[in-house]
Amino acid sequence: MSVLVDNKTRVVVQGLTGREGSFHAGQMLEYGTKVVAGVTPGKGGMKHLGVPVFDTVEQAVRATGANASVVFVPPPFAADAVLEAADAGLPLVVCITEGIPTLDMVKVSAFLAARGTRLIGPNCPGIISPGQCKIGIMPGFIHQRGPVGLVSRSGTLTYEAVAQLTALGLGQSTCIGIGGDPIIGTSFTDAVRLFNDDPETKAIVLIGEIGGAAEEQAAAYIKKHVRKPVVGFIAGRTAPPGRRMGHAGAIIAGGAGTAKEKMAALRKAGVTVAESPAEIGATVAAVLKKKRRKR
Amino acid sequence: MKIHEYQAKQIFARYGVPIPRGEVASTPQESAAVAARLAAEVVVKAQIHAGGRGKGGGIRKAATPADAEKHAAAMLGRPLVTPQTGPQGRVVRRVLVEETLPIERELYLGLVIDRALARVVVMASAAGGMEIEEVARENPEAILKAALDPATGLPAFQTRRLAFGLDLKDELGKQAAKLLAALYRVFVEQDASLVEVNPCIVTRDGRLVALDAKINFDDNALFRHPELAALRDLNEEEPLEIEASKHSLNYIKLDGNVGCMVNGAGLAMSTMDIIQLAGGQPANFLDVGGGASAEQIREAFKILVADKSVRAVLINIFGGILRCDRLATGVVEAARQLHLTVPIVVRMEGTNVKQGREILRKSGLNFTVAADMKDAAEKVVARAKKQ
Repeated sequence: MSVLVDNKTRVVVQGLTGREGSFHAGQMLEYGTKVVAGVTPGKGGMKHLGVPVFDTVEQAVRATGANASVVFVPPPFAADAVLEAADAGLPLVVCITEGIPTLDMVKVSAFLAARGTRLIGPNCPGIISPGQCKIGIMPGFIHQRGPVGLVSRSGTLTYEAVAQLTALGLGQSTCIGIGGDPIIGTSFTDAVRLFNDDPETKAIVLIGEIGGAAEEQAAAYIKKHVRKPVVGFIAGRTAPPGRRMGHAGAIIAGGAGTAKEKMAALRKAGVTVAESPAEIGATVAAVLKKKRRKR
Repeated sequence: MKIHEYQAKQIFARYGVPIPRGEVASTPQESAAVAARLAAEVVVKAQIHAGGRGKGGGIRKAATPADAEKHAAAMLGRPLVTPQTGPQGRVVRRVLVEETLPIERELYLGLVIDRALARVVVMASAAGGMEIEEVARENPEAILKAALDPATGLPAFQTRRLAFGLDLKDELGKQAAKLLAALYRVFVEQDASLVEVNPCIVTRDGRLVALDAKINFDDNALFRHPELAALRDLNEEEPLEIEASKHSLNYIKLDGNVGCMVNGAGLAMSTMDIIQLAGGQPANFLDVGGGASAEQIREAFKILVADKSVRAVLINIFGGILRCDRLATGVVEAARQLHLTVPIVVRMEGTNVKQGREILRKSGLNFTVAADMKDAAEKVVARAKKQ
């Protein structure tokens, strides 16, 4: 098993004919993802990469039975693309786009909450259940199927952690990049809950960073509900306060959202926190070994 | 994006938020002229993008135009050090000269985005003049909050609730409702990330006035507000950061001596962290993004070595979309063209990593290729110390 996406996931790519959409849809197809439709308003009726293109998401869903969407649409139009996917009744929307105005996301959040659509992102690498389905821009070849569920606010730092795991022979059930923006669809807590309920997932990796309090909220959930081993890492212990570190959401504001606070909250919840980004994989190996010994 | 107090007040005025009478001045003479026009006791306020100005002597009262001129002369052209500027301070280039008002009470009003609720939240407190973070730590129940549904905006019942909570009744209650509605419009129509009035005062003659004004804008939304570009003050920004932004590079200057070039914000922060764990100090944050071109890599190098404190450079790339061979080619070209002399440690992983390492090895240039992040950090810190 895996969470949210598997070999039954049928994907519609919004922005398929654009540069980014085209490249990554090609990579997704190569990985074996069932990309069943594309949407580019005004280009309905054509085929691109062998995939039928539609003018609207509604038409694409009706014709192909797509049950998930991925958004590769430029920032000014991306929020609208997410709304369209939710309105077409898709249960899962993955938004890769970086740079969506925050107030657009305020509206999107309210709209999605009323419809029960799950959004992953925006400003994220996407989601992958290795060997089954890749929706997003991560390099597929570093992943391997296995027992570790990973959730992260970052892109390349996630790849780094995944590569460490795979090198140690620790595969992944699902890796979820939740995105680096202040307002995102799926939180750490949501992802941890999904992994906790997934029988294939034996250990959870949570990769956070400075800014906001989502890691602290997840820590509170873990303390109360999670008995699987959880390994954490927080990026940005050397980040200066008041500066936005690349991600729109990565900022220590008014002294809150520091790496130190987040690491302390995770430790208090029983999470094993890796001090160094080079030790994420080894830390997971150690907690899994310890767990086996306990049995 | 941040703007100055006088610019925020100009926006407030357009939306009908009451502000003190005043004008901005860039010379002591102009300051005296403004004070003379106002024909009242004035306050001279240094205009920099940092708070705590009062504590650094950047806010002074003047009874006469001559006093205003004297205070402005003491501020203009000099760095002002406040608890938020760091020890080097910020050079004051303009002052705001305003009438003083008789203060009965000082309140706090602020609008922010609540990340967890995904909503705009209005915060209000009777403890004006204090930093809201301090109030939140010491007396959190003293902060009134209203989370706003984007479909309804700021409904009248919410403004009434906030006004009553601040003990603003009758005429003052009506003024508060109008003022809060105007601030919400500023926030939404200008795509702000913060609108703050601290303090918002009640004058002895029963008026509600925004004595201070702070607006930050959402950088992601600047594309739909081209007029805001004119409000950006490049003097308030680090020159290397301005240069980096021209090439779509995300660069932040720090105090250490180990330069770093990384793809992706999370990995870039972690690289800074692991440099520190290895006993060094990062000189910068630099995210070259997911698809850095050879030209961007060259510009990134220029910016890194323009920082004179950099003693060694760590390049840490996890190639996903950005292929390692392409990156290596860019690095070799840039190092040749710029005649780089600083030691460079390269750590690459991911797509086409073997070809990438081969290109570096064959270049004949003095690169140190590291096996992993830890190895890279230890090597670069050792080289920075040797220099």
